[in-house]
Amino acid sequence: MDLDLSEEHELVRSTVREFALERLAPVAEELDREERFPYEIVAELAQLGLMGMPIPEEYGGAGTDTLSYAIAVEELTRIDSSVAITMAAHTSLGTMPIYLFGTEEQKREWLPRLASGEGLAAFGLTEPGAGSDAGATRTRAERRDGTWVVNGSKIFITNAGTDISACVTITALTGEGEISNIIVPNGTPGYEISAPMKKIGWHASDTRELSFDDCAVPEGNLLGPRGSGYHQFLEILDGGRISVAAMGVGLAQGAYDLAYDYAREREQFGRPISKFQAVQFKLADMATEIEAGRALVCKAAWLKDQGRPFAKEAAMAKLYTGELSNRAANWSLQIHGGYGYMEEYAISRLYRDQKILEIGEGTNEVQRMVIARHLGL
Amino acid sequence: MKIAVCVKYVPEANAPKRIDPETKRLDRSVDGALNPFDVHAVEEALRIKETSGDGEVVLVSLGTERTLEALRRALAMGADRSVLVADDAAAGSDLVATSRVLSRALEREQPDLVLFGQQASDSDGAVLWAAVADLLHMPLVSQAAELALTDGRARAKRQTEFGYDVIEAPLPAVIAVSDAINEPRYPSLKGIMGAKRKPQETVSLTDLGLDGEDAGEAGSLTEVYALLDPPARGDSLKIEDTGDAAEQIVEFLADRRLL
Repeated sequence: MDLDLSEEHELVRSTVREFALERLAPVAEELDREERFPYEIVAELAQLGLMGMPIPEEYGGAGTDTLSYAIAVEELTRIDSSVAITMAAHTSLGTMPIYLFGTEEQKREWLPRLASGEGLAAFGLTEPGAGSDAGATRTRAERRDGTWVVNGSKIFITNAGTDISACVTITALTGEGEISNIIVPNGTPGYEISAPMKKIGWHASDTRELSFDDCAVPEGNLLGPRGSGYHQFLEILDGGRISVAAMGVGLAQGAYDLAYDYAREREQFGRPISKFQAVQFKLADMATEIEAGRALVCKAAWLKDQGRPFAKEAAMAKLYTGELSNRAANWSLQIHGGYGYMEEYAISRLYRDQKILEIGEGTNEVQRMVIARHLGL
Repeated sequence: MKIAVCVKYVPEANAPKRIDPETKRLDRSVDGALNPFDVHAVEEALRIKETSGDGEVVLVSLGTERTLEALRRALAMGADRSVLVADDAAAGSDLVATSRVLSRALEREQPDLVLFGQQASDSDGAVLWAAVADLLHMPLVSQAAELALTDGRARAKRQTEFGYDVIEAPLPAVIAVSDAINEPRYPSLKGIMGAKRKPQETVSLTDLGLDGEDAGEAGSLTEVYALLDPPARGDSLKIEDTGDAAEQIVEFLADRRLL
């Protein structure tokens, strides 16, 4: 057994950490306040090869393993969740379906543009009436004159409405009880994108409501065999959970970093508050839980990289780190006291950015359902 | 054009710095990294290579096996290969011994240009490049804030306290770049994935035609006798502000006729 990261993994971590500290930290507050999509940061991520990490080099990606990808997501989230989710949703949810289920032709058409970060990809699963019950999809696609004609709507979709958004892969009913995935390119007539949705956090990430009104796409945009959409999205969500779990660790680590620095600086009753046991114990608990959460994420990523079943561990990692990030953000803000409630302190942003990690890509409750199913209950 | 970049593995910026009282050397067991000043030299070498369209960037270092971590970072940035001189007998080399080993490794490479960072962040000596240039009988420009190569000559803008010197030197030459010369790139993911596959040679003193007498403490001309804390300043006065600190400071200065 070897618990050391390889040199490549260490190098990924130190490079992304440095990038996040030097390039994201100075602008994170401003992006959040202005609710501005970070085009220039995405371009820099693209240049570093961070927008297509697990996609093989032959399709324009960096060809890394899942663990490297999880490490990068963690390090970005440590500083800025909006940037991290932009990269992670693009990779795990937007690009992966095409890589995993696309024909060679579909891969050649889409992947080079997506993996290079030139275009952004989105995944449209959730509907106003189909959240945790994702199988209750109502959006329909009908075959008409060599096209799929889509009617319906999707909600809370990341990356769909930016100037560089290239496509969204949506789940749609292609028959009675038959769910399929279809690629809808941005700009297709009948594909309407709402104004950006107003959120508690993740202010610099793009979240939209999509509607499809007799939106016709070529027949060739069907992803994989007709009717395989349900299994496809379950597989996509399993993989995506690893990256959201990595975000949980990153957010908790970021909250811890802020609390640690603040506690050593802030003086009350004549000494730094880090000298009080009440504060020390909180930091000790946070550090311990972060270590445990990171180990869970590494295990899930490692299993996936070994080609072994990982769905249970991915759900466990997502559940644990989601709840851990909640505790860490809460404790960190508590250690900051009144200052933490002020917008000028970064912890206030992390606190707002945290909650969605317990909801997106499966709520805590859905993770427990998935885990229970894997336990044979 | 073959460019050799001399780099050093140093303790990480936020690692605790401690001198081992036994060996009187810096404790290097802490986490380390590529010397941040050297990153600028690597970047400059890569830019020269990219501008000219061909050439080779070779990293040269003296250190322990752990130095490979720092070399991989520079390889991930885009350097082509590395030569590490790792030898137990070289531990504790001073400036003279280090310059002897490095210049021998450089002679073996026969580069057209040798680049250094301006100093190492652990010892902050900022003189090694001069010693190496001397041993190689090559011209030297230090604190280069701009560098251009044309027709076998290097033209460097040298940063000084009063402005800039513009200095030309024939190649091969040794140039120590300042940290103002460029904004170094981050290693790309492809670079990171590819770094391990690049040639990384580790050589001993013997491989360079040197022996234990040439390096380490035996090959050094300096010896550290003792390390002491700076003497305490006995006559300092600390004023705690209890509302009248300003008056006390004025009084203190007035007493000494400093006001």
